[in-house]
Amino acid sequence: MSRVLLLAKKEVLQLLRDKRMLPLLFIAPIIQLIMFGYVVQTEVKHIGVIVADSDRSVESQIIADKLTNAGYFEIIKRVDGEQKVAACIRSGEATIGLIIPKGFQDNIKSGQTAELMLVVDGSDATTGMQAQQYALGVIAARSQEIVSQRLDSMKAITAKVSSVEPRIRVWYNPDLKSVNYMVPGLIGMILTLIITILTSMAIVKERERGTLEQLIVTPIERWELILGKILPFIVIAFVEIALILGVGVFWFKVPFRGNIFLLLALCIAFLFTIVGLGLLASTMSRTQHQAQMTAWFLNMPAVMLSGFIFPIENMPKVIQLVTYVVPLRYFLVIVRGIFLKGVGLEALWEQVLMLSILGLLIFSISIFRFQKRFAD
Amino acid sequence: MVNMRNDFEKSIVVNGLVRKFGSFTAVDNISFDVMRGEIFGFLGPNGSGKSTTIRMLCGILEPSGGSASVLGYDIATQAEEIKKHIGYMSQKFSLYDDLTVNENLDFFGGIYGLKGQRLAERKNFVLEMAGLKGRENELTANLSTGWKQRLALGSAIIHEPKMVFLDEPTAGVDPVSRRNFWDMLYQMAEAGTTLFVTTHYMDEAEHCHRLGFIYQGRIIALGTPDQLRSKHIRGDIVEIAIDTSQEALQAISKAPGVEEAYFYGATIHAKVASAERDAKPIERHLANQGFKNFSVQAVQPSLEDVFVSLMEWA
Repeated sequence: MSRVLLLAKKEVLQLLRDKRMLPLLFIAPIIQLIMFGYVVQTEVKHIGVIVADSDRSVESQIIADKLTNAGYFEIIKRVDGEQKVAACIRSGEATIGLIIPKGFQDNIKSGQTAELMLVVDGSDATTGMQAQQYALGVIAARSQEIVSQRLDSMKAITAKVSSVEPRIRVWYNPDLKSVNYMVPGLIGMILTLIITILTSMAIVKERERGTLEQLIVTPIERWELILGKILPFIVIAFVEIALILGVGVFWFKVPFRGNIFLLLALCIAFLFTIVGLGLLASTMSRTQHQAQMTAWFLNMPAVMLSGFIFPIENMPKVIQLVTYVVPLRYFLVIVRGIFLKGVGLEALWEQVLMLSILGLLIFSISIFRFQKRFAD
Repeated sequence: MVNMRNDFEKSIVVNGLVRKFGSFTAVDNISFDVMRGEIFGFLGPNGSGKSTTIRMLCGILEPSGGSASVLGYDIATQAEEIKKHIGYMSQKFSLYDDLTVNENLDFFGGIYGLKGQRLAERKNFVLEMAGLKGRENELTANLSTGWKQRLALGSAIIHEPKMVFLDEPTAGVDPVSRRNFWDMLYQMAEAGTTLFVTTHYMDEAEHCHRLGFIYQGRIIALGTPDQLRSKHIRGDIVEIAIDTSQEALQAISKAPGVEEAYFYGATIHAKVASAERDAKPIERHLANQGFKNFSVQAVQPSLEDVFVSLMEWA
């Protein structure tokens, strides 16, 4: 065991002396936090709208006003002809074109279906989708209003029209703030990115420099070597976790509702998977560059398929199956669950079980491979 | 077996050792012994099986066949024991560049289980020996190559191993540092440490007590430098001091009686059956070819001559 500590101490000494790596370790997570906290806003605001109002009526004015009142839209331009709408969307000034044909108000007044046209810029699918949904909501609401006004004016007391109206209450993250959703997830993401690469590079570095050769002719045992190499990174991982938690809770005011110790304990299970991946990458690489690239190629799909940014439910069925082997997938549910919902093992046991199985599996495979390829 | 471990005379016993990588036989049934306190030079071109042999003897590569023991421990079954009792230094400088001299010694000393007073003593010994006293806190990266080699040797013997393997320890080191390095090796051998050294430098090979030549996985010559010189050179060596050029080499190769000619430093060596008989004809041949300002004389064969000659036969 003393050899493990000796190795760990050496690793820390080397890391402290690495003037490029050290700042990266602690500044990179902060930058990522700020990026994801401020920049990645999944709710879209200030969507540019161009209105081509050929009707120039009270009704057309109401629709336009309702759009802007919701806070999501901003009318960039009002034009007469439809032709100008296309140009405005093509140049990217507006994401949505609202075209109100002549006779819009007349149709409403005469009790007919009044049509209007929405042109949505689909080149940015996320924004386009959201814009479309907001706009539909606004228009549907107006439509509802018109219907009820008419019913009122008809004094149709006898013919009661029933309708369903949803009352929405959002739990855990009432304002649907994306930062609340992002920050807990970032713990998983940042650990994945940094720890995998760090672990793989630390081992390959020894191979590259020839020091591994020196180590294996000493009486040091393989498990001592692996443990001694990994230990510092586990510690670093926890420092980063503390860092992200701190910035998340105190700076971004993300509520933390769960049990911190449960979270930390489950972080260990997660660390097994990512340190394992790092070891695996190191067995596949001869140079630090290769290790970095390999770790990257293992990480990229993992992050994509984890549900960190893109919801798993939206993925094609086949891809969804693949996500079952992505450890981050389970960790995200765990960390968001503990963070935002304050739930414990009773709700998370399935995720914890899967994560532990994966951790054990990945770690064993990588150790096995590491043992085999050790001396080459 | 137990007895052997205590008062063995042979530090290494190799018996029909074989190592295959797939269908390729890297080490092909080699046998040799290395005596205690001996500097044993292990020579051979790159890829001849030198490193594979060393790796097997150090207990980090399993043999495919045959057997060998180091310090009385079997390499196949007692590798862990071997690792505790040997030192190893490779051609690649394998200390940590980003640690100080002191930190490196602490680390390797600690790996071998040294601590406290004993560690301090051994560190002191190594620093003294390597001439690094007063530079303990320098980053290893800042040491010049010669110093690094000495520190590497020092760290390889920090646990006082009875047997040290050195795999091309002086590759890329300047001549003065090489000289100093070999002085250290002599001291160690005198103190009873067995040294197993591979090298490309023939002048270093001359320093060894005994030599083994390995070529294509087989030991093709074994003995003291003198034995090798007398046993493996048939005929004599003639040294031609001449403006060394391809033309000169061509001409000498075609001279009567010359079996083989090759560059040797600033001269050309020719292998002949008898120097007495063949020197004059070579001189005449060269003069006829229009060469001027050259001299031909018989010389003692060097190990390099032996080496070239061995390569020819193999």
